[in-house]
Amino acid sequence: MREVVVISGKGGTGKTSLTAAFAHLAESKVICDLDVDAPDLHLLLDPAIIRDEAFISGHEAVIDAEKCTGCGLCASMCRYGAIDEKDGVFSVAPLRCEGCKVCVAFCPEQAIDFPARHCGQHYLSETRFGPMVHAQLFPGQENSGLLVSRLKKEARVLAEERGLELILCDGAPGIGCPVIASLSQTDLAVVVTEPTPSGVHDLERVASLCDHFRTRVAVVVNKHDLNPEQTSRIGALCQEKGYTLAALLPHDTAVTEAMVRRQAITEGEDSAIATQVRQAWRTITNLLQS
Amino acid sequence: MIVSVASGKGGTGKTTVTASLAVSWSRPVLAVDLDVEEPNLHLFLKPEVTDTEVVTIEVPEVDESKCTYCRKCAELCQFKAIAVMGKAIMTFPEMCHGCGGCMAICPEGAIGVGTRELGVMERGVSRGTLPCLTGRLRVGEAMSPPLMRYVRSCMRDESAAQSLDVLVDAPPGVSCPAMSAVADSDVIVLVTEPTPFGFHDFKLAWEAFSPYEKPIAVVINRAGLGDNRVYEFCTAQNLPILAEIPYRRDIAEHYSKGMILAELDADLGELFSKLGRDLRQLAKEARHA
Repeated sequence: MREVVVISGKGGTGKTSLTAAFAHLAESKVICDLDVDAPDLHLLLDPAIIRDEAFISGHEAVIDAEKCTGCGLCASMCRYGAIDEKDGVFSVAPLRCEGCKVCVAFCPEQAIDFPARHCGQHYLSETRFGPMVHAQLFPGQENSGLLVSRLKKEARVLAEERGLELILCDGAPGIGCPVIASLSQTDLAVVVTEPTPSGVHDLERVASLCDHFRTRVAVVVNKHDLNPEQTSRIGALCQEKGYTLAALLPHDTAVTEAMVRRQAITEGEDSAIATQVRQAWRTITNLLQS
Repeated sequence: MIVSVASGKGGTGKTTVTASLAVSWSRPVLAVDLDVEEPNLHLFLKPEVTDTEVVTIEVPEVDESKCTYCRKCAELCQFKAIAVMGKAIMTFPEMCHGCGGCMAICPEGAIGVGTRELGVMERGVSRGTLPCLTGRLRVGEAMSPPLMRYVRSCMRDESAAQSLDVLVDAPPGVSCPAMSAVADSDVIVLVTEPTPFGFHDFKLAWEAFSPYEKPIAVVINRAGLGDNRVYEFCTAQNLPILAEIPYRRDIAEHYSKGMILAELDADLGELFSKLGRDLRQLAKEARHA
């Protein structure tokens, strides 16, 4: 079994459009949307949900106003400024509470409850391209690597059960916890970038994160014709760092047009960019086999 | 006043809008990059860095000569950052959220304060007069909220001390980092694009930020691309669309050179001056409401 994660550092470079096309092209795979904060892949794949589960993770502090004597010890100990006081009444701001339990443990009146936190939902679905696991965190929840790890684990179980050979993941932007979690046990990170200062800067950071975790990197430059100078900078970076430059894709409104039709770029009538995306997928498949 | 520029979906133009507002703002303003995982604002404002501060979080450092292996610290820790096994204690500083619980609960005073580097905060000045703050997460560090908290506290102190307005470039998404980035603001600007992904994530952001009860204004980037649903939604929800940036190849090329959109031509310059005026008006109305 092989695992590929499509990431980018910078948002909006075309991760999800490309992942949808790869999902169309790849055989024998489980599709996995690891952007649990702002997932979009379902918009193109139109999944039919067959299992819907609550994601419960960590706890949150809740002050029982009946028992609270207003001593303020909790507020003085909270490192997150999560305890508000108004006219002598103390309450926890759920968005700022990290669930560390310090206030619960030190409250002299045992006036603070610590219920489990329902952070979002995760799903197992069927799509026209095969099975898919995905999730949606509730707004303001810690963008937890735990949910990403949970989805990856489910994808592996599903792949085992059905004898599927590939786990194809759409990753999150950034370099923090969810991205780090998405790299675990990954055979190849496909980094989608664009020839702009932000694209190059964020590629460097996310690729060095991959280096840090010893994950192999392949780079796709989207909209490469926007700035040939930046594109050759990316090429030089790939050469220097040993990343495979898997594809140069042109700036093409066909990508958005396919999105509006709720299709992968490679579905329907083949456009010029679709042919290049097919070639990119062949390159990535070869990398996975080498 | 504090204006946060946020989006839901990444790559819709938050940094483009923040940089353009910063150079056309009519009052003294502080530009703050709170997208600490992938900060990009400095690539456009190009500040001269005057000061780089290493930002750390407090993690446990155990003095084993005092430890009695009572396990109180490990039982309290919710993040699996301390483990006690028989007569051995281990810490996992990279898991630590810096709550200080272990240090406070240890009956022997055996847990002292160590540090883990979260990243840096850079202070700088763009174009001689525009102060900038940039948070930059260390590559390999998983937690952005504590670094963001530090940058936000400096932002509040410095803007208050020098009576500066603040423009915040927020991280994408609607989870904890994005929500905390906009928490201080007087006005939230949501930048979106009229595509299915843009619209879907725009709705997520609107749902997430609405409970703050702060005025929300919309900027539509790449107008003319995609579909019309975001316009219909804004009309239905009575959300003001304060600016539309046209979908043009020369704009994308200008951006790809690291240049500021407000300076591409006179019309775009006026678009951002007007956007700034409208945002200040919106904040004023909210204060009087």
